[in-house]
Order: sequence, then structure tokens, then C-alpha cells
Amino acid sequence: MSENKTSPLLVIGAGIAGVTAALEAAEMGSEVVLVEESPSIGGRVLRINNYFPKLCPPSCGMEINTRRLERNPRIRVLTSSKITAAEKIGAGWKVTITTAPAYVTAACTACGDCEAACETTVPDPHNLGLCTVKAIRLPHLNAWPKRYVFDREAVGDAEAKRIAEACPVNAVDPSAVATSVTIEVGAVVVATGWRPYPIENLEELGGGRIDDVIANVHMERLASANGPTGGKILCPSSGQPPKRVAFVQCAGSRDVNHLNYCSGICCLASLKQATYVKEQLPEAEVTMYYIDRRTPGRNEDFLLKVAALDGVKLVKGKVGRIERNGGSVKLHVEDVENVRLIEAEADLVVLATGMVPNAVDDDLAIFTRKDDEGFVLDDLSSAVTVAGVARRPEDVAASVRDATGAAARAVIAAGGRS
Amino acid sequence: MDKLGVFLCTGCGIGDALAVDEVIGAATEKGCAATLTHGCLCAPEGLAAIRGAVSEHGLNGILLAACSDRAKTREFAPLSSEVPAVFRTAIREHCTWSHPADGEGQTAEDTTMLAQDLVRMGLARLNGMKQIVPLHEEIADTVLVVGSGRAGLEAALTAARLGKPVLLVEEASELGGQLAHQVSIPPEEPPYDAPIPNPVPGLIAEVKADDRIRVYTDTTIAKITGQPGQFKLTLSGPEAAEMTIGAIVQATGAKPYDAKNLGHLGYGTSADIVTSQDFEAMLSAGAIVRPSDGKKPHRIAFIQCAGSRDDNHLRYCSSECCVNTLRQVAEVKKLEPSIESAVIYRDIRAPGHMEHFFVGVQKTAEMMMTRGDVDKIEANGKLSIHLSNSLLGDRVQIQADLVVLAVGMVPQSADGELIRELIDSRHQAEHSESSQVRATSAKRADELKHHDGTEILHLGYRQGPDLPTLKYGFPDSHFICFPYETRRTGIYAAGTVHAPMDSAQAAEDGLGAAMKAVQCIEMAKRGEAVHPRAGDTAYPDFFLQRCTQCKRCTEECPFGTLNEDKKGTPEFNPLRCRRCGICMGACPERIISFQDYSVHMVAEMIKSMSIPEDYEEKPRILALMCENDAVPALEAAAANGATWNPWTRIIPIRCLGSTNIVWIAEALSAGVDGVILVGCKYGDDYQCHYVRGSELANTRLGNVGETLQRLALEPERIKVVELSHDEFDRVPRVLDEFSAELEAMGPNPLKGF
Repeated sequence: MSENKTSPLLVIGAGIAGVTAALEAAEMGSEVVLVEESPSIGGRVLRINNYFPKLCPPSCGMEINTRRLERNPRIRVLTSSKITAAEKIGAGWKVTITTAPAYVTAACTACGDCEAACETTVPDPHNLGLCTVKAIRLPHLNAWPKRYVFDREAVGDAEAKRIAEACPVNAVDPSAVATSVTIEVGAVVVATGWRPYPIENLEELGGGRIDDVIANVHMERLASANGPTGGKILCPSSGQPPKRVAFVQCAGSRDVNHLNYCSGICCLASLKQATYVKEQLPEAEVTMYYIDRRTPGRNEDFLLKVAALDGVKLVKGKVGRIERNGGSVKLHVEDVENVRLIEAEADLVVLATGMVPNAVDDDLAIFTRKDDEGFVLDDLSSAVTVAGVARRPEDVAASVRDATGAAARAVIAAGGRS
Repeated sequence: MDKLGVFLCTGCGIGDALAVDEVIGAATEKGCAATLTHGCLCAPEGLAAIRGAVSEHGLNGILLAACSDRAKTREFAPLSSEVPAVFRTAIREHCTWSHPADGEGQTAEDTTMLAQDLVRMGLARLNGMKQIVPLHEEIADTVLVVGSGRAGLEAALTAARLGKPVLLVEEASELGGQLAHQVSIPPEEPPYDAPIPNPVPGLIAEVKADDRIRVYTDTTIAKITGQPGQFKLTLSGPEAAEMTIGAIVQATGAKPYDAKNLGHLGYGTSADIVTSQDFEAMLSAGAIVRPSDGKKPHRIAFIQCAGSRDDNHLRYCSSECCVNTLRQVAEVKKLEPSIESAVIYRDIRAPGHMEHFFVGVQKTAEMMMTRGDVDKIEANGKLSIHLSNSLLGDRVQIQADLVVLAVGMVPQSADGELIRELIDSRHQAEHSESSQVRATSAKRADELKHHDGTEILHLGYRQGPDLPTLKYGFPDSHFICFPYETRRTGIYAAGTVHAPMDSAQAAEDGLGAAMKAVQCIEMAKRGEAVHPRAGDTAYPDFFLQRCTQCKRCTEECPFGTLNEDKKGTPEFNPLRCRRCGICMGACPERIISFQDYSVHMVAEMIKSMSIPEDYEEKPRILALMCENDAVPALEAAAANGATWNPWTRIIPIRCLGSTNIVWIAEALSAGVDGVILVGCKYGDDYQCHYVRGSELANTRLGNVGETLQRLALEPERIKVVELSHDEFDRVPRVLDEFSAELEAMGPNPLKGF
């Protein structure tokens, strides 16, 4: 490619889709600015214990991506940052990127002395609030940048001062302020990703009401060695391992009262989580209630493999109501195949909730086209292209494929090639 | 390198945990030109101090004894362009964090000895390192796209828009592939509730109008030789041509599963049992009629999973048939509103936004739908579909006038490795001197004979003429994280040959594959490796004078980098190389070396370890660990406060597959008590980034056991462990267990010789 100097590409969001788009464009030769709202890259995938169907850890692929990224001088990464203003100029965009106060600066060596000096704890965002962490900490074990993050608001001035003094390289600045920068970019890749549909909205299924009713995203954390239980699957109410685990598919999905669409990944995620349970608790009974088993492509093998596990049962049925029943949880299920209503008991219920696009409540000018559900659409006439779940619900492999294609669209839009 | 400097960082607790003078002393003993300690090497002052020493002493190699090379990478990276050789040793993670003096089983003396060894090993490595001079080759810009279905058309247009000349080669006489004559496709934009016009005719027109794209129809590939950036292509067709191309997109698509195999669904017993492709032709013609009598059917039954998700046919799901059937139902309603449609399915697979389509079609078409297993379809006048386990009840019959079988897709790929094995087996069956080999080879050749004549790309590669495939014939490798990483550099699969997918995904896949192809060309121009060591400019050098033509390197390279001449001497194609070092591990003559990584360098690192003669106090263990998964897990453990025995000396290696047996021999003869290799999981769900590296290392070491026994050494002194990136909680235990096993065995009897 000719090295004609064009404006950089802007990639919004550094989950698997955004990181991929940034890398693919930069390895091609483009300058890229990658903006991430969290303090570290990796997004949702680093909160997953294992990928289906290989049952391998997401941090493994992210290790390679991180290495590609940190060694590529064409990518500028701005974490703890958001696009706060955007204006269309010429063929591209003028954007203002606002970075949260750098209470911990880039000088941080991740030595941990500050954490030792900190007493205040806060709910751990990496573990979805299932446990607490120090107010100053490494976001998680594989965080990149390998730099501490400080919940400044959570601690008083005196403690903040002690923490700052504990830092041997003066990287803690309790009085830091937000900064912002305005740049011109040639094209934008929107990779703002998703968040789980809140289980609190699923009151009839016990969401937010019954402590042993958890979401699939919580199950990932329970099964992770660096999760709140050190990787042990335990009932929140008793701290004991469950003997019966029920997975409720389409919890708030394919449902006019909640999400109209199918998130495409929940069936496979539940099957995968069934393997977590069986691996740790071979005696446990696992039942998955589904409408359709959506395991397309070669994932069919995974469905067969899990369905064949001793103690795993798949029932075509819609769970209508879940309630506490003494020490256990009772599910009211419409057994579709046998046309009857059944009741089932479980110790732990996992609601397979779907994905909500993060863009749904964001009115950034870059989202020139958005559907009713908050998914963003390509607008090549405005040099905006979309990757990953910001565009449609899909799994990691599809997000990576999309992101590679989105990188191509963005390079074309920014470079004036057509 | 001969003018070396050691820079010891004392920050992050390193200085407090070590006898710094003794560590520096170990460096001075090795005769390095400069040593420096600093409280924070990664800070601007630290970096300035390094630069000052480099220019003052004219250093050409520097050892940064500080944190892991996975930390502060961006801070230290500029040094690599200023100093010919830079090596980082992880004193912080591998030594002081994990061996605090107050930790269980740790002493300050042992921690310092560990740091001294890390410095000695780092210097030994630097001694052998050479300056990297990136390859600068003539690179062709043209992208070859093979196949012109939706994925191929999108790939061709994308590569052209990215500024590359494109050759689009199609075996048929017209462009468009399977979709060419489809009346519509499923929706791709909100509200996602009705079919949309088929975009393929428009894409064909765009391709034809684009003067950067040259189209060859009725044409196949006769031969492709060479390497990315320099492939020599020969076409076979009306316009036979030879040219040089840079990279390749294989978008050869899929063909429908052969319905002749579906006798149990009545195919062949009645003309009124047709495939979804046959039915599409009726929709295109605008006339839905029973082939048997030309009459309009009252009811059409669509049978899903016809020969899919079936042990006797295709085991996988083709992903697009459910939605395609919904589309056909919608088209029926549009064309002939009076025809009833019934859909018999196992699971309706309409993921994502296709749920809206599912709901939309249900609303407008009022179709009958039931889940059920089709036991048989009988044709006597009406067509009777016998169902069990249906929502209408067990063992029921549905009548229809026309049955449409939704058949799955079979990738139009060829398995290069199996074709190669077929050729080899045939050769052995004829020429082997052993009658037993002749017999087993003949048997294997017979098993593989269906691969005969299946070649598509006709690659002139020692490891076979096409991309290797995974299960079910899809050419792929790391299909979750890195879906474009086929095992032949510069050749990317796209569309339904790549994986079962729908039309929208195939379009996206075409874009992605074109992006990768263009990127490969750009990286080749810069002399850089592509994924996963993207940007690496070092490459292996072959000292062929000492080659014994054993062919291990040419056989083991997972990427088909090496060809061989008639005598079996490897022919290196650097632009195919992914820099894993598996060839280097395989070579018994140790003649394959990177500028910054070689058998010799690691052997010297091993020899530089100090081995106390008194075992009772100070055993020594060598750990060769994969830098992609095992080392990160170990470093996460160290950051998390884990400790392990102070006897183990860790050498991060590129891939376990780069392990050369000589390292084991060097270690044991130097008196090391045991060697542990920690690499990625292998097997069907392999996690090795180089596909087969950890598996190959395991095989190599399987052969070393006998040698050890001949030397009166216990084979258990060598251990191979598979470990995932996330097993930070397990890795210290793995190292300590091995230490305990060696303790039980007693000292290496060769120690002190």
C-alpha cells in the first residue's frame, strides 16, 4: 500500500472485535487510535472462563493479540477513555476523546506497594461485583496495560495520600483530573460490544429475587480460577456445591417483553457451563430447558458431546416461573414435547440471558444508523463501520471475522481508496 | 555480540530481595563491558541511563535484568532499534516476586543464586545473538481469488478497493456460485422480517466493471509454486496464463449434499421429492409445480436437516438451511398464496436478528410447523411423511403434494495433507524394499483413494497440494480466536468452504480474507512475519553444508514452509515462515538458527547455569516453557503472590516444538537433575499457536527415554506437561511436584563429571 499520509482510523471499544479491527488495520499499515472505556483491554471475553467448543481460555488468544498490539507502534491505545463529542468533517470525523483522571499514571510498574497500603475495598467490576477488591488494584491478572487502577472516589483523602506515598515511582496522583484531546480521524470502527441483559428484569424467573438464581455471566466467573470462589461452583445462598443445576434458555430472549431477538450464543454457553459443572461435580444432575438447541455448524459435535454426558438432560420446554422452595428452587416448566406442565427442583439455576448492545442508550453522533434494539449499522457514506456484537448478536469467532472485514471497510473509507 | 552490558533494575522490590553486588559480580565475571543498577529502568531516567551506557561503552548487546518482556514492552521497545541485540530476563517475575526470602523453602542466598543464573543465561543468549537484517524481497501485489460465489466476489472487490490488482478465477462459465440464481436472500438490515433481493447479480456487475479485477471463467489452477509475495501461478483454461501473485483467497464454496444418499427420505422414489436447490429453481422460474404431473401442489412439506446432524450423512449443521427454508416459505406465499407450507424441523436455528425473520415469516405465511424426526417418506399418490417424537404426537403422518429436502453443504475443499499421504503411500506400496511396508502402504493408499484428483490449488508444496483441513474438510486452524489463520501462509479461506455459514456471513468472510491477503503482501514488503509473531523480522538461516537430508524439518513444519530437492535437502521459503522454530527443534544437526534464537544460543544458556556439586543442598532443574501460554501463566502466578522452589531455572521458548533434544542432553550432562517442558494442550482441541508444536515436542521426547536408560539415567528425569494460559494456580504446583519427584530419585549421577 502506498504510504500516503491519511488520518488515522478510530476504533471505539477494545473488546475482541475492537482489538482485532485495530490489529488487522495496523498490521496492514494504517495508523490506529484505539479507545477503550475500561482501564484495560479485552472486554467481555476476558470475563469468560472458557470458549466453546474447544474449552480453551480466552486469555490465550488475547495473549497473542496483546503482544501484537504492544509491539505495533502504529496503534495508540487510550484506556479509561470515551468519545465525548464527534463531528463530521470532510470525509472523516473530528472526535473529542476524554480520559478519566489518571490517578495512576503510566509510570506504574505494577509492583503492588500501593495495594498493600490500601484498606478500602470495593465491589470487583471484573468479577461483576461478586466479590470485593482493593480500591487500588490491577484490574485483573492479565490486564493490559499492566497498570493499576484507583477508585479514587471510594477512599478518603487521608488514605489516598498514604496510598500515593506508598508508590515508589510516584505513579499515584490522587488529585489528577480528566483530560481530553480532539483529533481528526479518517474512518471509525464501532466495536462498543454488549452487556448482559439484567436478570433483575426477569423477576418471574427469580432474577434479583432468589440468590441461587444467577446469570450465565456469573457462572463464568464462578468457574474461573481467578473468580470470586477460586473456580469453585457454589450456591450463593449456602456456599455449598449444588447437586442439581438447571439452565433456563432464552431467559428474556426471543420474548416480546424483553429482548425480541436471539443472542445466538446462549445455548452453546449453557452447554459449555454444563461441562464446568460435570467436571467439578460429576454427581451433579444438570438439566437444560430450551426452545430450540441452537448449535450451528460444527458446534453440533459439542451439543452431542455434552448431551451424552451422564447426568445431563436436555428438555424442550419453556420455564414460566421460578420460586424459592425451602432450601431449593422450584421451576415451573411447560414441557412442550409431552404437552404438560411440570415442576422441577434445583439447587442452582442459571438464567441464560442474552446480549444488549452497549450502544442502545448512547446517542453519540457517530452512531448514525441504529436499529430499534440499539444495534449499530454500517454507514459507509459517513465512514462508519461496525464490528462484533455492536452490530449483531454473535459469538467470538464471528466477531473476529466481522472485525477483520470492518477493518477493511475502514481502511478503504479512510484511505480514499475505493 | 561481543560488547555486552547488564542493566539490573532494583525497583519493584528486586533490590531488596537480592544481594545486588553478587548479581552484578556474576555479570562482571562473564566479562561484560558495562554493568549498571538503577531503581527504575523503565522510567525516563532509567532509559536515559541505559542509552548513556550504550553510547559510552559502545555496547552492541544489552541485558535488561528487570521485569518480564511482557511488561513495559512499549517503554523498552525503542531500544531494539538502537542496539543490535536486546534481551530481557524476568528477574522480577521469575526470581524475586516468586522467591521472597521469607517465603516457604526460600533463602536470600538461593534467590540471589537464581538471579545470578538468570544474568549468566541472558549473557550467554546475547553472546550468540546477531543483528537482524530484515528480508527485502521483490513482492507482487496481485491477489488471486479462487471462486466467485458471494464470498469470492466480495473478496475480489475488497482487495481491489484496497488498491491491489485482482485475478478472479472461476471454474464455471459464469460468476456467482451457488447463489447466482436464487430469487432472494434472508434479510440483512432492519426490520429483518422479509427476504431481500439477491445481491449477487449486482456484485457480478461491479466486478465486471472494475478494471482492477481480471476475471477468468472456465478456468482452474494448474499450478502454484513459490511463496507469499512471489507465488508463480499457472492457469488452465481458455486463456492459459502464467503470472506472479502476492496472496490467495480460496473461496471455492460448498456444494449441496448429494440427495441420492437420502433414500430414507424417499429421494428418488418420487419426482415430487426434491431438494431445496431444485425448489429454488421453481421459485426462480416463477412456477411452483409438481414435477410428476405439472400441477400446483396444495401443500408443500419442507424437511429440515435432510442428511444433516446425522451420523450416516453430514454430522454437522450447515447453519443456513432453517433460515433458507423460512425464506422459501415466504417466497411461496408471495408467488402462490393458496399453497400451504409445513416445516418439519428438529430445532429451528434462526439465531440473532433472524429471530425477527422467523417471527415475520410466521406472521405472513401462516405455515404449519412441527418438531419431529422423519422416519420415512412414502410415495403412493400423496406423499406421506411418517414422524416420531413430534409435537403433534408420537408416530403421526403428514400428507403433502411436494416435499422439499433442505440438504446441507459440503465444502469444496481438498485436504492437502491427505493427498500428500496418498501419494507417499502409493510410492511406498510400489517401491519399498520391505514387503510389510508395501502391504500397509497399499492398504493406506486404498483408504485414501477418494482424495485422488481432488486438488484445487495445486500448490507445489512438499506437504501437499492444498490447504490442510480440520474435521469435515473445512480448511481452518484456530477457528475461534484467529479464524483466518490457515496453515499455509498467504492463503486464506473464505465463505462456505471455510466453515458452514449463511450468505451474509460469507460476504463478511470474503472481506476479512481479502484484508488478510492484502495485509500479508504489505507485511512481506516490510520483511515482517505474519500472525502470530506479527512484525518479527528475524528468520531462520539454514547452514546446508552440514545437512544430512534427514527431512525432519520439511516433514514437521506445520506451515509447509520447506520444500525439498531430489536429495531431500530443504529449500527454505522465508515468506512462508511463521518463525515458530519447530524446524530448529527437529534438526539433529542443529543447523537451523534465527538471528535471535537458535539451538546453540539456548544450549549456551543451559551451559552457563552454575551447577553446585553438592546435590543435597542445591539441586538444579531446567524448565523449558512455552512463552505463549506457560510463561504467562507462571508470571500471573508470580504477580498473584505464588512461590515455587528456587532450584528451577526457566528458559522461555517460542514453542515447545522448537525444543531440540540436544538441550536435554546438554542439561543432563552438565549435571542438571531434571528437565521439565511445559507447553500447550494438544489433540483435537489443541491450543498450540503453531498447531502441532507441543505435540511434536512430546513425540521427540518419547524417543529420548531409551537413550537416557542407556546412560543409566531414569527416563523420569524428563517430564512434559500440558498447561493452559489460565492455569496460573496450577503452574507453581507443577514445578514443585517435579522438584519433589527428582528429590526422591536423588541427584543426577552425571553431576560433577
